[in-house]
Amino acid sequence: MTETNMPDMPAAEDTETALITMADHIADVVDTMTVSCAVVRGEIELRVNPADIPQVLTLLRGDRQAAFNQLIDLTAVDYPEREARFDVVYLMLSMNNNMRMRLVAPVAEGQAIPSVTNLFLSANWAEREVWDMFGIFFSGHPDLRRLLTDYGFEGHPLRKDFPLTGHVEVRYDDTQRRVVNEPVHLVQEFRDFDFLSPWEGMQTQIAPDAPGHDDSEQKG
Amino acid sequence: MGIMDPAKAAPIPPGADQDAILRAVGDEITNRGFVIAKADKLFNWARSGSLWPMTFGLACCAVEMMHSAASRYDMDRYGMLFRPSPRQSDVMIVAGTLTNKMAPALRRVYDQMPEPRWVLSMGSCANGGGYYHYSYAVVRGCDRIVPVDVYVPGCPPTAEALIYGLLQLQKKIRRTATIARA
Repeated sequence: MTETNMPDMPAAEDTETALITMADHIADVVDTMTVSCAVVRGEIELRVNPADIPQVLTLLRGDRQAAFNQLIDLTAVDYPEREARFDVVYLMLSMNNNMRMRLVAPVAEGQAIPSVTNLFLSANWAEREVWDMFGIFFSGHPDLRRLLTDYGFEGHPLRKDFPLTGHVEVRYDDTQRRVVNEPVHLVQEFRDFDFLSPWEGMQTQIAPDAPGHDDSEQKG
Repeated sequence: MGIMDPAKAAPIPPGADQDAILRAVGDEITNRGFVIAKADKLFNWARSGSLWPMTFGLACCAVEMMHSAASRYDMDRYGMLFRPSPRQSDVMIVAGTLTNKMAPALRRVYDQMPEPRWVLSMGSCANGGGYYHYSYAVVRGCDRIVPVDVYVPGCPPTAEALIYGLLQLQKKIRRTATIARA
């Protein structure tokens, strides 16, 4: 068997060329809606405005050559320092071309992005999860409820400004005979170790006037 | 459970001593047709000898819980069979991470269990939140939701550790006064 008999295992440079060709083709198909389109770390990354998302996805799904007809995942990234702080990311797969694509749209806090549930059914729960975790509103979603967090949960946990321990904790109340929410009370604060020094995490734990500690300072 | 020496509170190993006791009990039954035992001892013997755990697997600990029930360790040897219903259970094994969202469900299932009932907390997460102690979504110990009798440490505890915990629970049941006096 020779190399030519195995067309499903192309060489690395061939893949790169194919990706660049496809990226150019996508830029042509999406046309004026393209903000940027390039091959980033071995994957096509297309950036568009949030309002254009449904149209872009329809075009790329319907195009014979591109055929990005599977929505693998839909997620978001938080960049608190940016003005449009979120990137909503659509991970697409073209089964025909064995190729993947990232579709990225920047969204500001409080800004709505059109839902794509009518294009891809798999977007339904993914959009609910993004709403739950980041608080990005998807307009036109049939049932935009929280997906993972507790009923009555407040805040959006994957935002960078959400405190690790949250705001409430649960306890069973014997008098009310039900599980109640209470403000968080931690016996010990969370300590973050990077293990560069075995002592660094202890700085706040050692009292400055503890016996045997800082003795010389008190005498002097 | 074996045959216990009342003086030493230790099991009597198989052998001539054990045979003598068994023969004495056997003779008693043949002669008179009945034996006499203390009622609360009898209840405790029955209860600790047929602990039916409620299946409450929440995370990876559940896999070790399954191991303890499977043929190698075989909890059935101690009369413990997993029940799929809280109505038929005596002990709830909380195996895994208890999240805030699951907490009301856990309490409801506990409330549905008939008295007398016991709770065994299995693994770091159920004992005190463990790895997820500082998480916004996890209960810092299932004893915030239900009263716990035995804590089994480990992440996850081995099947042996769980069996040991259950044997400790049997011990605890045996030493409690079953018939409460006002």
